[in-house]
Amino acid sequence: MGYTLNFNLIWRHFDKLWGGLLLSLELAVVAIAIGILIGLTLAIAHVAGGRIVRGLISAYVEFIRNVPLILLVYLVFYGLPQAVDIAYDATTSFIVTLSLYSGAYLVEVFRSGLAAVPAGLIDAGKAIGLTPWQRLLHVRLPTMLRITLPALSNTFISLFKDTSVASVIAVPELTYGAQWINTNTFRIVEVYLVVTVMYLVTGYAILIGLRAIERRFAIGR
Amino acid sequence: MLNAIVYALPFLTTGLFVTLIVSLLTVSLSLVLGGLLGLVLVYGPTPLRWLVRGFSDIVRGIPILVLIFFVYYALPVAGLNLQPFNAAVLALTVFKTAQVIENVRGAIGSIPRGQMDAAKAIGLTFPARLTYVIAPQAVRRFLPPWINGVTDAVKGSALVSLLGVSDLMHSIQQVIGRTYDALPLYVLGALFYFAINYTLSMLSRRLELRYSYIRE
Repeated sequence: MGYTLNFNLIWRHFDKLWGGLLLSLELAVVAIAIGILIGLTLAIAHVAGGRIVRGLISAYVEFIRNVPLILLVYLVFYGLPQAVDIAYDATTSFIVTLSLYSGAYLVEVFRSGLAAVPAGLIDAGKAIGLTPWQRLLHVRLPTMLRITLPALSNTFISLFKDTSVASVIAVPELTYGAQWINTNTFRIVEVYLVVTVMYLVTGYAILIGLRAIERRFAIGR
Repeated sequence: MLNAIVYALPFLTTGLFVTLIVSLLTVSLSLVLGGLLGLVLVYGPTPLRWLVRGFSDIVRGIPILVLIFFVYYALPVAGLNLQPFNAAVLALTVFKTAQVIENVRGAIGSIPRGQMDAAKAIGLTFPARLTYVIAPQAVRRFLPPWINGVTDAVKGSALVSLLGVSDLMHSIQQVIGRTYDALPLYVLGALFYFAINYTLSMLSRRLELRYSYIRE
């Protein structure tokens, strides 16, 4: 095998990878932000709602969690416009998909977080005369957020990695950048080595940052 | 709508079969490899521990899609020229092995130290301690998360369609390529995946309840 590594072509097109990495991060940030909104709303609705509401929420959660992300991406991009009269570009479509995807995982996270708030705290809230809404807003939600922080960071890191699936509908994120360089220069080993390192370094940098935040807000100990 | 589904079913069942084979191979290979490496991570000598830790951390830090492309497109340069099917199974196995390693570490780590000390105190050898004291308790902790993780293998296997392996995802794409009727096919495909994975999730939840009586 006479293959000589040559990174020159990768550096020449590095803007594709750098721009791709930034877009990947952006997609993950937007998806987790919308996902948190979906997750919080549905987790509260699940706790407060009746049987039908719970059933609907569970159906949404179980469907998303048990179907491959790539299929959901295709379904929203190619399938949905067939039924509903909407048109969106690939990036918007992927944001919709990834937000619904993260929402389904976060409902579960927040639901178990709400359940983990110590009963004594809620009783204390009652004792000082807080209304149910005040208890939710000032006691249960803040405590729940601090409990769920580690799970939130894990979800964010997974979402960042999941953005690679957007390449199948030609969203120009990091993996798509790799494919572009590969098609145009054939320096395939080099490009995947660089991209792998980029995913790892970014992922672990985020992880270290988030762990520091978690330690700051950890409860007890 | 119904016509589209009836037309597609024979193609999809062939694809479903490939998806199941890929998942089964991945799951069984990674169980053996991950089980062994997991034991090395917990009980092995320090340098080996670092190696396993490094392997697991690196693999879990890379998107599966990148891993699959890497194995298929980049390994041939190193002299390992794999068919799409084999490359797919290899990539998914590497991904899943890292997960199993962590499952094993978690399961063994959840067993109180006293158990190991007590087994030492009554003079059991290391293999005997593992077989009669640690394993029977660790397996109960290992099974629920592991079965739940099997769904990741099934879901990840949908990505091998991108290498041209004719799995369920790929058959769906092929039928749509012929009929241009995307929505019913994607919904049908989603239901297929859902049926497999939901069964596994339910099984995992059942087992967890079944074993939840174990407390320290």
